[in-house]
Amino acid sequence: MSGGKVGMKHGAGGRAMRALIEEVFLGLASPVDGIGLAALDDGAAIRVGDRWLVITTDSHVVHPIFFPGGDIGRLAVSGTVNDLAMMGATEPLALTCAVILEEGFSRDDLVRIRDSMLEASREAGAPIVTGDTKVMGHGEVDGIVLNTAGVALCDRVVTDAGLRVGDRILVTGSVGDHGMAVMVKRHALGIQGDLRSDVAPLNGLIRAALAAGGEDVVAMKDPTRGGVASVLHEMAGKAGVGVLLDETAVPVNPEVRAASEVLGIDPLVVANEGKAVIGVRPGAADRVLAALRGHPLGRRAAIVGTAIADRPGQVILDTGFGRRLLAEPDGEPLPRIC
Amino acid sequence: MGSLFDELKFRDPERARALSEALRREVEAAGRTISLMHVCGSHEQAIARFGLRAAFPRGLDVIMGPGCPVCVTDTPEVDEAVALAAQGARLCTYGDMLRLPGTVKSLADVQSDGADVEVVYSVTQAVEIARARPGEQVVFFASGFETTAVATAAVLLAGVPENFSVLSSHKYVPAAMDVVSEMKETNIEGFIAAGHAATITGWGIFEPFAARTRTPVVVAGFEPLDVLAAVLELVRLVRARRPEVMNCYPRCVSREGNGPALEKLWKVFDVVAGNWRGIARVPRGNLELRPEWDHVNARRRFRIDTTAVGGASRNLLAEHCICGSIMSGLARPSDCPIFGKECRPDSPVGACMVSSEGSCKIWHVYGGPPDLKEVA
Repeated sequence: MSGGKVGMKHGAGGRAMRALIEEVFLGLASPVDGIGLAALDDGAAIRVGDRWLVITTDSHVVHPIFFPGGDIGRLAVSGTVNDLAMMGATEPLALTCAVILEEGFSRDDLVRIRDSMLEASREAGAPIVTGDTKVMGHGEVDGIVLNTAGVALCDRVVTDAGLRVGDRILVTGSVGDHGMAVMVKRHALGIQGDLRSDVAPLNGLIRAALAAGGEDVVAMKDPTRGGVASVLHEMAGKAGVGVLLDETAVPVNPEVRAASEVLGIDPLVVANEGKAVIGVRPGAADRVLAALRGHPLGRRAAIVGTAIADRPGQVILDTGFGRRLLAEPDGEPLPRIC
Repeated sequence: MGSLFDELKFRDPERARALSEALRREVEAAGRTISLMHVCGSHEQAIARFGLRAAFPRGLDVIMGPGCPVCVTDTPEVDEAVALAAQGARLCTYGDMLRLPGTVKSLADVQSDGADVEVVYSVTQAVEIARARPGEQVVFFASGFETTAVATAAVLLAGVPENFSVLSSHKYVPAAMDVVSEMKETNIEGFIAAGHAATITGWGIFEPFAARTRTPVVVAGFEPLDVLAAVLELVRLVRARRPEVMNCYPRCVSREGNGPALEKLWKVFDVVAGNWRGIARVPRGNLELRPEWDHVNARRRFRIDTTAVGGASRNLLAEHCICGSIMSGLARPSDCPIFGKECRPDSPVGACMVSSEGSCKIWHVYGGPPDLKEVA
């Protein structure tokens, strides 16, 4: 860690954040019967009888709080439901909601956020059952911080480390929608067009994929901060395989592509809040793809890559013109100056 | 709605394959290694981003030369800006300049010390800041080739408030090729010139160079097909020993360039000698304000005391940095012992890792040595 201080990059989902977690928070890890902190997965899974209790928690801060396609409330519920779903737990039992508010925060905005949490929790079939409220002084916290935790039971846990050479990699739809919508709004970049966040609970979609693929679904992760690039590095690193990604097969909305050209930011490093990256044994790839496309949130799912023996831990991008390594995102992507 | 590239005309992989194949035949027929140089960070970005080096045949080297105006901005120029900020001026500059190392400090360092340093997206924005703060001296630390120098000139010609001045670090495009052609160690047989600078200067500006050095020049755009087509034409010119200038970017570039823009440019700037970081003293390398603009020239207007920011402390890491050789095309970023290790975008040691136009930064952003011909 440079200079011994925490920087913004340490929360951006890339290399720096992983280093911070490994150097500091892994000290909290202790042995568990199942998947604990040491696995650094989306959540933990504890064996309970012959089933698994999956548990996850997530704090949410976003600027702006309301953005095209959603708000911090929908984001908080979806984020936690999705972290459970990525472990294979698509039937959430319950969610919690803890909120820290800044003195002076608008009550109307708070009600709007509550309504949006309620709507998302109904979509996911995930009741919010307990919560906590704190208020801090003006300037001591920035507006609102929302924390949600979730629990679910499942029969089989899917990690993000299960890739083998030959496995196919799918994305469940267009990439970069959430991060680009928020970035354009946050920096007041004035780019026209229908840029909307994809924020949504994915447990229904993942349920369909697991029903079609069963045990052949071997790795899942939602590409939030750091985007698809970060998730593929993590999957490749944990499984000790390389990943060959076909850039021309990656679905990208035209508005997102246009914004990415103007800002000089690759959609592959931009955050998503309603997409999953799924690793599947080769024989099941078409079946899982068809199941995803049959769900409203997966219509534009695509097979985009393959796990390979070459270059373990790295991601090779085939651009359609040639091949290069895809760098692991490091820090928040910022619009280029000139 | 489609996959990543199918709507962009100059990104057709089919046509790219045909061009690569033609290129392979040309280079094979030459029967030797041909080294070409481009002098533009945006070309390096296009080559790295689209993985074009993997599409170039064996026997063809396309090397980046001193084509990053931020990277060649010399330490004493940064010291001047740092000193002005430390002396109390409000320093406005482009984001790439913020972390460029001076002798001891960068503008980012002096900003953490409490000095007023602001990143602007355009010179116009710097003028607006000056208007909004009439009680302060606002200095715009100007960087870039003719493309951005024209913007600086236009703003001065339109009239600026009394408290606004310019510290020019603008560089002159033709110098980048001159510098390399005069080095004995290089064996560059052809140059790819930057299309966007040529929209201002016109491609005619390269004719004296081609005639004098007997080296062909091709003006190229920045899409994959632009680059491949330009490289193919350049290899053909090299093989035919025709030291000509060819315009492969006709949708934007004319022979004469942008007349009104050039008129503005030369009303405000002169070409002068200057040191380019890590390279050499370049006789016609920099663009400085003409004497009639002394009243807005920060170098004439203020006493800039760089002794306070030019201490004798040595940066041990910087002694390993080979930016100078990289910018001269004599080494590749991956030849540098600290590339991607101690020197990274979040903690840059050399200028080439600072700017988004620098080759080290570009290689790093796009995954390192950009040559994956062998991967299965």
